[in-house]
Amino acid sequence: MFDSQTTAALKKMMLVHADDHLILGHRNSEWTGLGPILEEDIAFSSIAQDKIGHALGLYSILHEHLGEADPDTVAFMRNEKEFYSCQLVEYPIGGYDFSLMRHFLFDHAAQIRFDHWALSSYEPLAKLARKVKGEIKYHVFHADTWVKQLATEGNVESKARMQSALNEVFPLALGLFEACEDEEMLVKAGISKGEKAMQELWYNHIEGLLSGWGLTMPDMKAVQPAFGGRHGYHTEHLQPLLDEMTEVFRVDPSAEW
Amino acid sequence: MKIQSLDPRVNRLALDAESPYENNVLQQEDHFQTYQVFHQKKRGDKHICVGIVHAPSDEMALVFAKEQFARRGETVNLWVVNTRHVLAMDYDDTDIFSTTTEKIYRDPAGYKVNDKIDAYKKSQIDV
Repeated sequence: MFDSQTTAALKKMMLVHADDHLILGHRNSEWTGLGPILEEDIAFSSIAQDKIGHALGLYSILHEHLGEADPDTVAFMRNEKEFYSCQLVEYPIGGYDFSLMRHFLFDHAAQIRFDHWALSSYEPLAKLARKVKGEIKYHVFHADTWVKQLATEGNVESKARMQSALNEVFPLALGLFEACEDEEMLVKAGISKGEKAMQELWYNHIEGLLSGWGLTMPDMKAVQPAFGGRHGYHTEHLQPLLDEMTEVFRVDPSAEW
Repeated sequence: MKIQSLDPRVNRLALDAESPYENNVLQQEDHFQTYQVFHQKKRGDKHICVGIVHAPSDEMALVFAKEQFARRGETVNLWVVNTRHVLAMDYDDTDIFSTTTEKIYRDPAGYKVNDKIDAYKKSQIDV
């Protein structure tokens, strides 16, 4: 239905976001059993699992409709250079403040993106976006409640830690909006709004929330966005994550699970 | 000494083998409050109390309740109620629920009406 250049751009776009969800899902699952309280351990683990599910949804479209390899092969058999996730998602979990702020900034971006995809001209993607809408709504509810709680109801330390987490994660989060090649083809085809427009929607939304909770947005002009991920350039953190994530799969890639 | 584990995630935490919490007894105020969770399966059904979550605020209790009690199966709605808002009987007063046997006439089971209904149904069929 699309010309070959648009199809290539569409494939890249879905791979980019599938990789984001897979890597962040894996990272956040590292909190399983180590979460701050039992209830939160279960909630955050479940959200991490949802992320991997959303990655699977995107990899499945690539496989079933666009001729790419099956999801397990795509997820587990590539090396870091072939991953297009942004650098935000590959950073280690850090403290819970870092992980929560990353979750907050990531999920608001994911919600805006999936809401837009739900109306897109590419039906398999629109269908997936409608299916996961409720899950993402919960992820955002969870993130908002935590950040608000720690920024407004906690103590001096929790407020300071939310602010410093925001300062630390914000430049990384801008990497979510690094444009890919032929983005304008997707805009023309009614699939994407373009990364610049997405970033603006995201920024305005989170700015309203965070400033309402007494946090100060970092100065956009003074920060250096962590770009590179969309072109396969990563930090030293991604390859060790991939080694750990794929360790069991690579013992016998043909095994039936 | 750091804790050594087969789980790489635990090793990355670099936890001291000597727990700094050993003599650190939690005080009452160190605990979150509990919230009773009420789960509704279908619209129009009663909300049924399914258990508790610990949370620092009402909203947070709802966030946790969703994953604790509505992760699987059907759910259309949840309530959370801070346990301190529940006025409860004392178990020492359980005797106020006991009823003396001679008041069986107050209990519908005391009436042997089913025999009469069965007899009536039978008479209708025979006609």
